[in-house]
Amino acid sequence: MFRILPLGDSAITIEFGDQIDPKINARAIAFAKTVADQEWNGILDVVPTYRSVTVFFDPLQWNFSVLTNKLRTLRRLSPNVTEPNGSLHEIPVLYGGEWGPDLEAVAAFAGLTPAQVSALHASTRYRVYMLGFSPGFPYLGLVPEQMAMPRRSTPRTTVPAGSVGIADRQTGIYPTATPGGWRLIGRTPLDIYRKTGTDPFLLKPGDLVQFRPIDRKEFDRLKPRDIV
Amino acid sequence: MNHQPAHIIVVKGGWLTTVQDLGRYGYQHYGVPISGAMDSFSTRVANRLVGNSDCAAILELTLKGPELKFEQDAIVAITGADLSPAINGNSIPLWESIAIQRGSLLSFGAQRAGSRAYLAIAGGIDVPLVLGSRSTHCASQTGGLQGRPLKPGDILSGGEPGRSVNHLIGKRLSDRLLPPYRRPATLRVIPGPQRNLFSDTSLATLTEATYSVSPQSDRMGYRLTGPKVAGEGSMRFISDGTTMGALQVPPDGQPILLMADRQTTGGYPKIAVVISADLPLAAQLSPGDTVTFAPCTIAQALTVLRKHHAQLDQALPPRDTSFPSQ
Repeated sequence: MFRILPLGDSAITIEFGDQIDPKINARAIAFAKTVADQEWNGILDVVPTYRSVTVFFDPLQWNFSVLTNKLRTLRRLSPNVTEPNGSLHEIPVLYGGEWGPDLEAVAAFAGLTPAQVSALHASTRYRVYMLGFSPGFPYLGLVPEQMAMPRRSTPRTTVPAGSVGIADRQTGIYPTATPGGWRLIGRTPLDIYRKTGTDPFLLKPGDLVQFRPIDRKEFDRLKPRDIV
Repeated sequence: MNHQPAHIIVVKGGWLTTVQDLGRYGYQHYGVPISGAMDSFSTRVANRLVGNSDCAAILELTLKGPELKFEQDAIVAITGADLSPAINGNSIPLWESIAIQRGSLLSFGAQRAGSRAYLAIAGGIDVPLVLGSRSTHCASQTGGLQGRPLKPGDILSGGEPGRSVNHLIGKRLSDRLLPPYRRPATLRVIPGPQRNLFSDTSLATLTEATYSVSPQSDRMGYRLTGPKVAGEGSMRFISDGTTMGALQVPPDGQPILLMADRQTTGGYPKIAVVISADLPLAAQLSPGDTVTFAPCTIAQALTVLRKHHAQLDQALPPRDTSFPSQ
């Protein structure tokens, strides 16, 4: 599939499929990279999502038909990738307790013990399907069906930075403290969005994530100290 | 007048005053919202009136303006909403370059028209570039002044003004280019990427009814209330890219107009998208205002946008390339 849809007069979305699928996602991410690599003047942003790519352009420099023709040509040049197409990250997580206040609820939902839920969550290798919601927030999937608990009906007004949550078959990490409705099962001491760094975002679309359970002692040791 | 870089003390912060520019492009694939000024037209005009480049940082004032004490002589321009600006208690005009003498107090009063005013200062506002932009995104505490709105006691520093800005004093935007802030506002829309998930009746409802902007509206988006826009089938939809001006429809059928601080991705289908040329008018809406949507084609949208830019460039030439153009 290569379906081109106008998103207003200065963006277009190209769909590669109608479902959440690693192969479709890999195709979208590879195509986004090919487009971005052209460094065309007036292309403002190239954003891969689960199964599509949105290209933002300056409407005074580009028009819809010229851009769609160039994108169709690029599609033929874009490598025919197979997943995965990124690097593997190990993310330490302290599961349960005050760090994962919904772990017990997820365990009840899944018909498992809290320890079984954290073991299952950490034994699955996840793909970064896309980033969205807030700067650096990764949408990871797919969570085993059994523990795919839906979002809370009322979101929390603040979720601490580093919180690891579940929403249906997605799992994610809150890079900064924001409101949020995902079921929180643990917290990582890693800073996945370093605002002042030269490469502020640890995770990129197409990367793989493996969670590693840690204890309180290791959490405290890994947690960067706030600079006073 | 001798123009040093501006040094401004915030006496009162106003209701929501933030540092903005034309937006944080280039990081949406990391989930970083564009943010930036809601009204790019007023931002451009304000910057051009004081000799700045279009992408210099300005202040965006919302409904109730701040009180600012100028510690140095400065040249400023205020555009967009009429929030009754005054220097030392004397009203000053909008859409015009104005000299402010050191020691003066710039204050605001009643909201008379529009919702967001833009204050440009010759030399721009000097806050650090974060991911290529000076825009404030409050939800993620990114950019601007410590990622938050202005508060009493803050000090704003200006950049170095252009070599000679005195000749700009009194320059103003021609009346015929002033945007109309009438109510209901009319915004032109192009059918959205998920238009096919909606019936023709739903699209007709959207373009024939009058909607009002609900109190649950902010820089992220406006929740609209009015006749329901119903989707076909289950409306299950996989999150994809969003844009400013997109009208997304949640299951309750009440459209949400996405604005500058929107999330980069969203899971509600988008029935229509407001054209770029009308986004500055959308930016001037606030809770209680009414709005209608008129159908438009992409070709018409581009014709209008080109015309707006050509008229503005003729009236107030840009200092350098105006990028991005939206």
